[in-house]
Amino acid sequence: MGNRVVITGYGIISSIGMNADEVLHSLMDGISGIGEITKFETIHKGKLPLAEVKRSNEELLELCCLKSKKKYSRTTLLGIVAARQATEMAGVKPGQSYRTGLVSANTVGGMDRTEDFYPLFLENLAKGKLSEVINHDCGDSTEKIAEYLGICDLTTTISTACSSSANSIMFGSELIKAGMLDRVIAGGTDAVTRFTLNGFNTLMILDKEGCCPFDENRAGLTIGEGSAFLVLESEELALKEGKKIVGLLSGYGNANDAYHQTASSPEGIGAGLAMAKAMEMSGIVPGNINYINVHGTGTQNNDLSEGMAVQKLFGEYVPPFSSTKSYTGHTLGAAGAIEAVISLLSIQHNCIFPNLRWTTPMKELYIRPVTTLLKDIMVEHVLSNSFGFGGNNSSLVLSKYNPR
Amino acid sequence: MAYINGIGIISPQNTLPGSDFLEPVVEHTSEFLKSIEPVYKSYIDPMASRRMSRLIKMGISSAKICVQDAGIEMPDAIITGTGLGSVEDTEKILGELSKEEKFLNPTPFIQSTYNTISSQIAINLKCHQYNSTYVHRCFSLESCLIDALLQIEEGTAVNVLAGGIDEMTLNHLSIIRRLGLWKREAIRNLDLWSSKVPGALAGEGAAYFIISEERTDKTYACLAAVETLYKPESTDKTAETVVRFISENGLKPEDVDLVLMGNNGNEEHDRICNDVIEHALPSASHMVYKHLCGEYHTVSGFALYLAANILRKQFIPSSLPCLPKSPGKLQNILIHNHFWNTDHSFILVRR
Repeated sequence: MGNRVVITGYGIISSIGMNADEVLHSLMDGISGIGEITKFETIHKGKLPLAEVKRSNEELLELCCLKSKKKYSRTTLLGIVAARQATEMAGVKPGQSYRTGLVSANTVGGMDRTEDFYPLFLENLAKGKLSEVINHDCGDSTEKIAEYLGICDLTTTISTACSSSANSIMFGSELIKAGMLDRVIAGGTDAVTRFTLNGFNTLMILDKEGCCPFDENRAGLTIGEGSAFLVLESEELALKEGKKIVGLLSGYGNANDAYHQTASSPEGIGAGLAMAKAMEMSGIVPGNINYINVHGTGTQNNDLSEGMAVQKLFGEYVPPFSSTKSYTGHTLGAAGAIEAVISLLSIQHNCIFPNLRWTTPMKELYIRPVTTLLKDIMVEHVLSNSFGFGGNNSSLVLSKYNPR
Repeated sequence: MAYINGIGIISPQNTLPGSDFLEPVVEHTSEFLKSIEPVYKSYIDPMASRRMSRLIKMGISSAKICVQDAGIEMPDAIITGTGLGSVEDTEKILGELSKEEKFLNPTPFIQSTYNTISSQIAINLKCHQYNSTYVHRCFSLESCLIDALLQIEEGTAVNVLAGGIDEMTLNHLSIIRRLGLWKREAIRNLDLWSSKVPGALAGEGAAYFIISEERTDKTYACLAAVETLYKPESTDKTAETVVRFISENGLKPEDVDLVLMGNNGNEEHDRICNDVIEHALPSASHMVYKHLCGEYHTVSGFALYLAANILRKQFIPSSLPCLPKSPGKLQNILIHNHFWNTDHSFILVRR
């Protein structure tokens, strides 16, 4: 066994809480963040639900102790909040001599500001405030977060649609295992934008009532926003520094469905491969998994394909599973990291969170999600799935940390 | 360390299969250097390509050219770097949304997603393996190469398909021109280094590489190492990084025979390129190349294509004059690039 990668900190901001404590309470109490649109400007207000972070950009700026709002997209602000929590928990400070990298992820970068820029610009190519468009690319928010945290080693951004931040956690771990970096702050961030909301609406996969994953009558996903980051360190360094280790990133797998740009294969080929690879790296068999935090978007296609893949891989003994997107909405580029944090909360607090709004079993599947909070359950290994458009499927195995 | 065993490149120069290494040089006089595209039906089913935007077609084609060039059946991983993804598709959606929120044309929305290129390549090759996309300015391709090297070194892949791709559009050009860093009018690309019009010259291109574990008769060169540096405090710090980087790879400054410089025509940008290399590698020959391909986020792909071919052919085309003189030998090439002095990248390529 080579160098193990452990988790020494995490941070999260989402529609169900401004930090991990608040998120845990919402998860325990069954309080969903999905609801009527309150902050976001759109014609869909009152018609489509969202899982918004209930803070304005001004409030987020204040939370980050930042002054100018011009330079920051909402995606960046959410990212700073979560990354700061993670580094504070792990005791990561600028100026320490360890090689520290930042691997972030998002799906549309600073689109929330670009879409404000564009109407004026299209009327007249010399018009539109440039300060609104310079945040457009996906790397911008990552660099702002790096600057805020004082990180100057390897900094990069991944975008693989809805699996983006699962992949940033994987890549972060690889960098540590290879000895290129001592620790990596890895995760993702995405804010709601009109671009995304109308895009998904066009594909007719938004549930007007709020998503109900793995339900026979599911009608689509609900867009959410948020951010989460993990602090990954080599076990050796964490032990040397006497850090509190909150979990082990024991395995991960990335595979491609190679089927269709927006649809998953009916039998979930890529999903099955990703899960199998993750468990193989973790050195465990399906029977060792205590909980699956499924991707479970609530679309017809995903839940069927993912469900088929889970049934095939786990056979008769499928562990308890739930989609916590029924709380957070689908946070796209942030989803993998948000669900990794939720998986860690499950391990730390020995509980499994329910799949909200589920009533009717899917007729194609024999498996049923967990619908009530399961407490006092030994959760040693969690499989967390993140599957994206383009067949970009990734799975993580997060495990309870046991010293060797 | 790994080997470059295949290349597929679509660029503003003669780089398609069957062309002679950059001969003849292509002159461009329009607003930006546009890629010379292949006949797509040779690579993509015409029914499928009808709905694809230009970037997606360039991506799939260059990836397929690359895999054919390497003579392999199937890569073990597909990794793409792109600074901006499909600009054309993104603009279509933004244009539609500028008037009002409504049902959009779904195709541009789907294609605007940054991972579309990597996943379309996977669908085309029916490749179920590792698949990822990096989207970080001028670290986009470099991150792919780092990922590829890690996978080769860890033994999780034998052949990795890794590449960088970006496109330019007139609307996008009109935005970046207003930032003051780019040329505000069209010039002849071959006059880039003597032009009185200030600023960088924009370009585009796609370049994929098969990065392999083993040296074969297909090998162009050895991809020794890749490093990125974010926000260096000073030019001295950047130069120190260069020296440390090459020494970690067992080389002394005088062992670097040739540097592919990141100069793009912007005076301030070019001054930084010159200062860094002058400090770090005073005795190395150097050459500029962006008059051939223009500036874009994943331009290092064009540079890596040049370095790999120069090392394999042991020959430097006449369109790439070396200063102060031609190198005496061609063993070690360093590619340096930077994004407005914030993101610096270094790629070491060896014979």
